[in-house]
Amino acid sequence: MEWTTLFDIALGAILVNNFILVQFLGICPFMGVSKKMDTAVGMGFAVIFVMGLASALCYPVNLLLDSLGLGYMKTVAFILVIAALVQFVEMFLKKSIPTLYEALGVYLPLITTNCAVLGVVLLNVQENYNFIESVVYGITGGAGFLLAIVLFASIRERLEFSDPPKAFRGFPIALITAGLMALCFMGFSGLQIPW
Amino acid sequence: MNIGKQLKEGLITQNPVLVQLLGMCSTLAITTTISNGIGMGLSVTAILTLSNVFISLLRKIIPEQIRIASYIVVIAGFVTMVDLLLQAYQPDIAESLGVFIPLIVVNCIILARAESFASKNKVLPAAVDGICQGLGYTVVLVVMSAIRELLGSGSLAGARVFPADYAATMMALPVGGFLTLGALIALMQWIQNKAKGGK
Repeated sequence: MEWTTLFDIALGAILVNNFILVQFLGICPFMGVSKKMDTAVGMGFAVIFVMGLASALCYPVNLLLDSLGLGYMKTVAFILVIAALVQFVEMFLKKSIPTLYEALGVYLPLITTNCAVLGVVLLNVQENYNFIESVVYGITGGAGFLLAIVLFASIRERLEFSDPPKAFRGFPIALITAGLMALCFMGFSGLQIPW
Repeated sequence: MNIGKQLKEGLITQNPVLVQLLGMCSTLAITTTISNGIGMGLSVTAILTLSNVFISLLRKIIPEQIRIASYIVVIAGFVTMVDLLLQAYQPDIAESLGVFIPLIVVNCIILARAESFASKNKVLPAAVDGICQGLGYTVVLVVMSAIRELLGSGSLAGARVFPADYAATMMALPVGGFLTLGALIALMQWIQNKAKGGK
């Protein structure tokens, strides 16, 4: 296992192929939970946690399905694993870290239908990542999500006081803002470390 | 039952993308060419209609507590079917839509219609609802992909309109997706404001 490959994967997941702004995975929570800074941060960390765990868990599931010749059941199997995982994380947090559970509130169950989580698992299979690479990709993909949502939430908090045309108020202006952020992230494309 | 009313809701007043703001990921990601837009729109319409019918049939059997998980399994089953069919008969479209076909499972439109409509209505209205909401989604996808394909690569459905050198490549990139959708939703809000002011 080369550290450089892992670093490449991490760099790609956080900046070059940011899950939200370049690959369009996880737009729903990105738009829905970014009105306030603290909820955005909470959501970001919950997503890192679930994406890392889901990558780790779905790797053996994928091997099992392949060895049984049931490769076409991937989508169904993965979504069940993710739904069960989110349920367990919720129960675990409720029992052991109630403060964090309170803070995440309704966003935890919503992660099940966050396409970034299912997306990262499917991309792991598509890219033929091994176990460690999958977990790194999951965690750093989540970190990219956190970065984007924190930046976006801080812009949106200021956007509240601006005065856009009436038709653009609310959602449209937020989308335009996200578009400008995506434009900035285009600057990272082609970023490579010459080893 | 009122097909006209459901159709109007799906296409305009309750349009899944422009008014209910559901299913953003796929809308933004795959609307780079018209053929992609049509392929995705029709796939989602088919899955939405089938899952609405199935969930409506099972609405008295599925226990309240595990309904969301049951819906997801039903939806995932249909998505897998459509995925395999596309790979077999339309490999080009399956290739360019890539990971977004299996991701229809977590498309909020389908789960939202299952929860708010199919689980409370009889089979026939649920099927009509699936078709109407699916059509509303497809129309938005086609309009968006037409705008982005025209401005981004200077062609419409593959036919060249003006030389590619004059095209703004930006519109075919993620930026263009956000800007186009923002402008379309703003247009929708403007129309709604006008309609309210007129009355």
